[in-house]
Amino acid sequence: MTSATELPRTEDTFVELENVTLTYGRGDKQVTALGLTNLRVNQGDFVALVGPSGCGKSTILKLVTGLITATEGFVYVAGREVGAAPVRVGMAFQNPTMLPWLTVRDNVMMPLKIVPPFRQEYQSKKKTEFRDRADALLKEVGLANFGDKHPWQLSGGMLQRASLCRALIHEPQLLMLDEPFGALDQFTREELWAVMQELWMKLKPTVLLVTHDLKEAGYLATRICVMRTRPGQIVDDAQVPFPRPRTIDMSYTPEFVSMTQRLREMIVSQRPVKETV
Amino acid sequence: MTPHTRRKVWSAVLIVGFFVLWEALCWLFNVSDIVVPKPSQIIYTLYQRGPALWPHTLQTLYTTLVGFGFGILIGIALGVLIGSSRLAYDVAYPLLVGFASIPKVAVVPIFVLWFGSGTVPAVLTAMIMCIFPIVVNVATGLATTEPELEDVMRALRATKTDILWNVGLPRTMPYFFASLKVSVTLAFVGTVISETVASNRGIGNVMMIASSNFDVPLVFAGLMILAFLGVSLYAIFSLIESRITGWAHRKDEFAMG
Ligand SMILES: Nc1ncnc2c1ncn2[C@@H]1O[C@H](COP(=O)(O)OP(=O)(O)OP(=O)(O)O)[C@@H](O)[C@H]1O
Ligand SMILES: [Mg+2]
Repeated sequence: MTSATELPRTEDTFVELENVTLTYGRGDKQVTALGLTNLRVNQGDFVALVGPSGCGKSTILKLVTGLITATEGFVYVAGREVGAAPVRVGMAFQNPTMLPWLTVRDNVMMPLKIVPPFRQEYQSKKKTEFRDRADALLKEVGLANFGDKHPWQLSGGMLQRASLCRALIHEPQLLMLDEPFGALDQFTREELWAVMQELWMKLKPTVLLVTHDLKEAGYLATRICVMRTRPGQIVDDAQVPFPRPRTIDMSYTPEFVSMTQRLREMIVSQRPVKETV
Repeated sequence: MTPHTRRKVWSAVLIVGFFVLWEALCWLFNVSDIVVPKPSQIIYTLYQRGPALWPHTLQTLYTTLVGFGFGILIGIALGVLIGSSRLAYDVAYPLLVGFASIPKVAVVPIFVLWFGSGTVPAVLTAMIMCIFPIVVNVATGLATTEPELEDVMRALRATKTDILWNVGLPRTMPYFFASLKVSVTLAFVGTVISETVASNRGIGNVMMIASSNFDVPLVFAGLMILAFLGVSLYAIFSLIESRITGWAHRKDEFAMG
């Protein structure tokens, strides 16, 4: 084992959900979003969560981030109860909520202001090093000249990309991406997949990616978990065997196509019967 | 002419027109100075008695600003407390509402009893007049902060203080400034009430003495000074507001002062 502050570098379990149930609301307005879910994610893994809308994907991400607490069961991150371990977490929310009073750059720099060890240096570096870092990231996602704009001056897809920058800027060890490319056109999306893959291969964070795009899941993830709905549960868990770095061309190979087809059929069969409420 | 300058011109015309109309009506109906003095006469009084009125003006302004300053500090502190804690909300809100319902004229004698007459009771009256709107607005702003905005911070393991400084307070600023504009005028009211009852300085006191001497133009001159001070401070806070909370005023028709 390494020292106490250093996280274990081996193929240890990094994130673990143990028999987690999550119920929203109380009384007769209860919604069981997750029922007895189990999930283990190893350090440095890239896991994609796919499944029909409303099956509890965002809920899993919020549980692992510690934004909500499991009704029953346990969530562990880095071997300790969620929130206890000093893990840097980055999260790109499904709705890219930016603070409207800050510029896009200041929004992107927010994690550096909050998260140690950066926060100690924030005041001295916010005008130089941190600023450059934010600008470099914004440039990477194609928002080079938008740092000084305010969030409402950006389109939905631009906001989503800015929100991705905010999730990445503090080099998180645990990265939560909730449909980060959902509002983008196919070409921008594919460009960002490449950026994302490169980043992951370089820094090896543990990633949980929620997506509705099976090609995206196949391109990026090392593992794909399929969920079903009412109650949400993981029904399939498969490794993605393709070598890295992956390319867009790879997604047209017969193996890739048959994999996405298999996933597609599974999700279709998991879809809830149309409720008559 | 842009719509903006046109609006400015129109409001200026309206204000000047109001005084012209006042003057004209006074001439037309031959209104006595003892009842309603003409604007020209008020201006003359202001000019003539200016040197004597000036220290009183400063006194009133000073008292109001000090009371207002304390009011802001206490108002923010209470507002943050009430807005961020359910318990404080339940306990302090009824107390606060009850306190705010007391007529402030009734409180001045108590202050005089405790601190003697003069500047101190005036400062205190100005202060308690302006606390309530500030507390209510700051508390509302904090309590209605979108949980999604806080989630952004909570995902980063931000402390409660971090969230307050980086989300709660900035998000509350538009509410806070709205309350400041109300409060600053209330602070004047408080000062003048106290000066009228228990002081030998300040515009309130001058007006009190003038009205007992039937010096109506001087009473109106005092009113003009108060109105002018009130409008000036209001304008200053509007300006600061549009600088700081421009993000909240995107319908820019309204954003410019
Ligand atoms: N705050 C909440 N209060 C009550 N119910 C909620 C809340 N958030 C989510 N739910 C319910 O929990 C279930 C799972 O929601 P979740 O947001 O995790 O779905 P999802 O898989 O992310 O869906 P999508 O793909 O559409 O984003 C849904 O049925 C939803 O109605
Ligand atoms: Mg979701």
